[in-house]
Amino acid sequence: MSSTTTYTQVRPYTRGWLALMAALGAVIAVALGAVFHMEHQGHWVTGMTNQVVWGLPHVFAVFLIVAASGALNVASIGSVFGRQEYQPLGRLSSLLAVALLAGGLAVLVLDLGRPDRLFVAMTHFNFKSIFAWNVILYSGFMAVVAVYLWTMMDWTRKRFYKPAALAAFGWRLILTTGTGCIFGFLAAREAYGAAVMAPLFIAMSFAYGLAVFILVLSVSFKMTRRPLGDEVSTRLLRLLGLFVAANLYFTALLHVTQLYFAGRSGVESFILLQGGLHTTLFWVGQVGLGGILPLVIAYGGCGHAPRKRAMMASILVVLGGLAQVWVIIIGGQAWPLDLFPGMEASSTFADGHVHDYAPSAWETMLGLGGVAIALVITTLGVTALRLLPAGLGETTSSCAGHK
Amino acid sequence: MINRRHLLLASGAILIAAPAAAREAGKPATAAQRWGLLIDTGKCGAECTICVEACKAEMGLAGHDRPRTDAQYIRKVNVKDPATGAGHSVPVMCQHCAKPACVDVCPTGASMKRADGIVLVDRHICIGCRYCMMACPYKARSFAHEEQTGQQPHLPRGKGTVEGCTLCVHRIDEGRLPACAEACAAKAKGAMLFGDLNDPKSEIAQRVAREATTRIRADLGLEPAMRYQGI
Ligand code: SF4
Repeated sequence: MSSTTTYTQVRPYTRGWLALMAALGAVIAVALGAVFHMEHQGHWVTGMTNQVVWGLPHVFAVFLIVAASGALNVASIGSVFGRQEYQPLGRLSSLLAVALLAGGLAVLVLDLGRPDRLFVAMTHFNFKSIFAWNVILYSGFMAVVAVYLWTMMDWTRKRFYKPAALAAFGWRLILTTGTGCIFGFLAAREAYGAAVMAPLFIAMSFAYGLAVFILVLSVSFKMTRRPLGDEVSTRLLRLLGLFVAANLYFTALLHVTQLYFAGRSGVESFILLQGGLHTTLFWVGQVGLGGILPLVIAYGGCGHAPRKRAMMASILVVLGGLAQVWVIIIGGQAWPLDLFPGMEASSTFADGHVHDYAPSAWETMLGLGGVAIALVITTLGVTALRLLPAGLGETTSSCAGHK
Repeated sequence: MINRRHLLLASGAILIAAPAAAREAGKPATAAQRWGLLIDTGKCGAECTICVEACKAEMGLAGHDRPRTDAQYIRKVNVKDPATGAGHSVPVMCQHCAKPACVDVCPTGASMKRADGIVLVDRHICIGCRYCMMACPYKARSFAHEEQTGQQPHLPRGKGTVEGCTLCVHRIDEGRLPACAEACAAKAKGAMLFGDLNDPKSEIAQRVAREATTRIRADLGLEPAMRYQGI
């Protein structure tokens, strides 16, 4: 199939293109303004404190980074697992992986206390640190995926296609394991500290990455008036359902593991029952909107055209994913560290009680800026290179999900 | 205010518990020493914050009246047993672990352990990622959330980097006591005993060998150098 697919660039400077770039550019400009303010004043203008040290920027950054590795799945299914029908989507999938990672890393770096010391982070490595490993994994991922994309586009490099695909696939699994381990290795934090964080993050990446991919594919096809067949949408939607189910499964496994550990019941009842906003985000956002509803849309009745259903499910998975990352990062820090197990503690440094956190507008702007950066890179990519197929199958407007 | 009695007390405490000698200039710290504190919570009054105040003065920790973001290197944690109602007030600072979680996770190596076991942050290579704060089970670190004023020459604090108790490494290297221990001895009941855990002749080593002591979250296996009695 791929050999017969034609790829075309997106025409730049059309009205739609300019409007999109202007809008994204504005978001990035606002984000940079927010960064300037946060760095100039110091982080006290954010909602972050000495108790909740990672805030909304990390929610966005982790979401984007996790989605980045998942976005590559579509390409991997085509080339590693030899599913021909996915091959025409490989190029966009690779581009999206790089773009999302760049957006996520930008947020992460710009939220550092000293973003000007990025060079220090690139030259001083503590190899015991999973964070330092991630710096290497992230930069390596960009390089590997770039090579992979090249082998997809340049027929003279065809013999490197399969090895590059395998390398990229392996790399992404390790990368997401590494991201999960950032939390899994924190023995002191009761909300994490379990090896199940690694597979959970892989399941999350599959779901988020595919959801973002479906959204970008559908919107870009619509905006450039390319035909997108129901068959493609249906297939991607079913796959999304599978990934969402896996995410729910590992989420359940995490909480069952936690309940099994003696002494973790406090944090569990906090997240699952009494955590206020965190509990709501868990049940309504993560499980309801981001888990069960997309499953119903994917496998349930068929009220709308597959493309619409895929879009709806993907939007829900993205929102549910942000809620999920919030619950992990913010919810996990809101629960106090237990210095004296079995005892009640209090201090001037907020020991022993749940920590509150409300993101400031600055952090929100920075987070959205990361999303905008990813989208700008994607748009520039499909404009400069032949990454988008000219069309994928036939469209029908009615319900044609079954075949 | 320090009166004469306090001064005498303080000097007495120094005679008992002072490090053997100042470290010679230019000589590196060695693993021969393992500096630590033994804190007798029985002698530590619930309302007493003398160690906290001494630390603030020594380190130049002028706050901005924002408790959520102001730095605290040492704090008094009030601990109560819900079953019996019995309570203690426990000074908690960086525990200077033998296997510090912050050092393990720090991507740049800014969090580091000196050969003599003192855990420090190199503020020149700290990028302010705050991963060490996520990893520390004792919540012993603060992030410099804003511009700092009133800095002390021995502790250049900088916006955007992470900081915490240094065990008054600048004093130890001069053969003096950490500010908290000195103030506690001078102005309170002398609940803190400072010394070299590796030196079998030191009082701290002998008491640790003789008496029952605990370490906070010993279950995590980080082997802190801070030992507590009475909790
Ligand atoms: S905040 Fe600084 S000291 Fe802490 S882990 Fe990051 S680089 Fe290391």
